[in-house]
Formats: sequence, C-alpha cells, structure tokens
Amino acid sequence: MAELNSDSGAAGHGKKGKKRAKKQSTRVDMTPMVDLAFLLLTFFVLTSTFSKPKTMEITFPVPPENPTKQNTTLVNGYTFILTGENKVFWYQGEFKEVPKNGKPATTLTEVKFGEDLNKFLLDKNDLVVKFIKDLKKKRISKQIDDTTYKTLAIEAKAKKEAPFFVIKADDKAVYRNLIDLIDEFNICNIGKYAVTDITIGELNLLKQSIK
Amino acid sequence: MPKVKMPRSSPSLDMTPMVDLAFLLVTFFILTASFRNPEPVQVLTPSSTSSKLMPENSVLITISNDGRVYYNVNGFDVRKNVLQRMAKKYKIDFTAKEIEEFGKMSSIGVSMQNLAKYINTEPGMREKFPSSGIPYDSINNQLKDWIQYGWIEGATKYKEIKETAEALGKQPSIEPLRFAIKADGNANYIVVKEVIKTFTDLKIYRFNLLTNFEQGPEE
Repeated sequence: MAELNSDSGAAGHGKKGKKRAKKQSTRVDMTPMVDLAFLLLTFFVLTSTFSKPKTMEITFPVPPENPTKQNTTLVNGYTFILTGENKVFWYQGEFKEVPKNGKPATTLTEVKFGEDLNKFLLDKNDLVVKFIKDLKKKRISKQIDDTTYKTLAIEAKAKKEAPFFVIKADDKAVYRNLIDLIDEFNICNIGKYAVTDITIGELNLLKQSIK
Repeated sequence: MPKVKMPRSSPSLDMTPMVDLAFLLVTFFILTASFRNPEPVQVLTPSSTSSKLMPENSVLITISNDGRVYYNVNGFDVRKNVLQRMAKKYKIDFTAKEIEEFGKMSSIGVSMQNLAKYINTEPGMREKFPSSGIPYDSINNQLKDWIQYGWIEGATKYKEIKETAEALGKQPSIEPLRFAIKADGNANYIVVKEVIKTFTDLKIYRFNLLTNFEQGPEE
C-alpha cells in the first residue's frame, strides 16, 4: 500500500516536473529532557536542607591563677542546682552548711521549669529587665538607633547591681536542663552567669532536700 | 441531521514556559544545595530561643544520648593533617589511601587503635561499626589531642586563606575556627562537663552549643 501511495505521490510530483525536498519538522521531541529535568528537580527539592542548625554562644570562666586565693563569696547572687527528673533548686547568697554570723544555714527551694522559673528570674533581675524594656521603647520610637541599643543593653546586663547567677549540676542532671536554664537566662536578660562545679556540702544538702 | 463538528484542538500543548521554570528551579537547587554528611549517630539537640547560626568552620564534638563522644573538623586538608599528627603521636601508621579516605569522612567515634579498621570499612557499613566513642578520660584522653591538633591545623588553614585573600584585597572565604558542642538533650551532664573540661584544659573558653530554634516570647 505504502509503495503504491508513494508511487502515486511520485507520479503527482512528476506531473509538475519538480522534485521538492521533504520538509523536516523543526520541533524536537523534548520529553526525555523534561523528564530528566523534573527528576533532578524532585531530587534536589527533597534532599536540600535550608535551615542551618542554630547555636547558643557561651563563655566559661577562666580559672584563677592560684585557686587558694579564690574569692568564693557570692553576696548578691543566686545559685541554681540542677538534678535528675528535671528538678532545679536554688538558694540565695553564700553557701552556709551551719548557721554563721547569726544567719541560718542554707536551705534549698525548688522551682519548676517554665512559667515559675521565668517569673522568678524576671523578679530577681527586675532592675535590668525594666531598664532594657525602657531601651526597647526608645528604640521603637527611634530615639536611639540599633547599635547604641545593643551596646547599652550589654552594659545594662553587666551592671554592678545586677545579681549574679551560678549554675551547678549533680551527676543525675541531663544536658537539656542546662540548656533550658541558660535559655531562660537569655530570655530574662541575665548577662551575669557562670557554670561551675558542685561542692560536697551542696551535694549533701541536695540529697536531703530531695528526700 | 448533520453532525456538529467540534473544533479540534491539537493534543500537544506548548510546554516551553513550564520547562523553562523547571530548569530554573533545577539550577537554583543545584547551586544552593549543600549536602549533609552522614552522621554516625542520631542526636536530638534541645531547643532554645537563640537564633545564631552554626559556625561553618568548626571543631565539632558530638555527644550521643548514651554518652559516646564523636569528633569532627571541617576541611579536607585540615583533616588529613590532623590525622597525620595523631598517627605520629600514637605511633600508628596509616597508608596514603587511608589518610585520603579520612579526609572525606565526617564525624568519627572510635579510638585511635580502631581507626584504621573503621576507615577501611565500606562507607555504607560504617553505621554498623561498633564505635565506642573517643576516649576522653584523664588517663587516655585522645579527645584532647584531636581537639588540640584540630585547633592548630584549623587556625593555620584560616591564617593561610586570610593572608592570600588579603593579598588580593578580598574577604577571606572562611570564618575563623570555632568550637561547637552538639549534645543530645538526654545526654548526661557529667559527660558534657568532662568534654567542656577538656576544652578548658586547652584554654578554650568560648563554645557554641548547638540547639534547635524555638520561637521565644514576644519582644
């Protein structure tokens, strides 16, 4: 059949006496290329990760040159002790195993993570929190620019009157508690804090408090 | 009755704009993609409101929830040099091929004695390798050496890049070396404390603790 047709076609052309070149289509089949493009697209969409992990910067205290001369009295400050089962205890000021100078021995108080802790810290750090709130208002009303805000905020956090916070943990504490506590400090504009080792006296007191 | 003739439209439609877009996206994803190195352990970091980004050029210590410690440092050349220094210190010989392979790897969690065996394991099988973590106790503190050599090599590399960039009047392509700790939320604090003590013994006091971002209270 085909031959017949082509014969007749040839005959048809023959009548006019001209041989025309067959017109080739300019279209190329792009389907395989597009398939590949979409395959690659799907692959990259699924494998790429956009969010880089976030970090929290922390600076540890440089140990003193001669530890014997170390001044360990913590006058305007609070010590937090982390322990197992997500519990955290605190005491104020210097640690006293027995009553000293007419002041009672240290007792530990428990504070719950979350709202309780947040309220506690905001209350104790009242001075700085108020000051920073003020600064924020000034920044919003464009009285100060961003860089001065930052330097002023850092200065405010390092104020002499601001309380100092110490974090200690026993061997039952988990890492998450530490991060939660430091995070809460950051939220409550606490700039003065340090992570140190727990003492034997504190460990004993902690054992009694848990019971 | 004459049949109503529907206007016949061609079944092939013009896909050019769609293909253009597809290629645009492919190009975008290829250029922006950075592949995550396979990690030997799954670590669930605790969340915090901190929004600082993870430093790109870092010595990273990973702590799993059962207290195993892993070490990683960025850069192919840096890794190779660190391994050569470690090999010298622990008097363990590595072949050139092993050193090359180590340069391409990510976190390691085996002692120096098992490292050659670990390197020679097929990449797909490394997950099943019984890695006990890098020893960090005071008698056999291999972690300390890893960190120290990583620090030396990382800092040297940064200096080199910085100097060549400055000679050309450009910004260096990498950041200064930082130290990061990626610990699981359920990891015992004692282990983290020991790792931090290893750092402070080397007079390194600033770290980045890796956390998951979590929206903080309204400002």
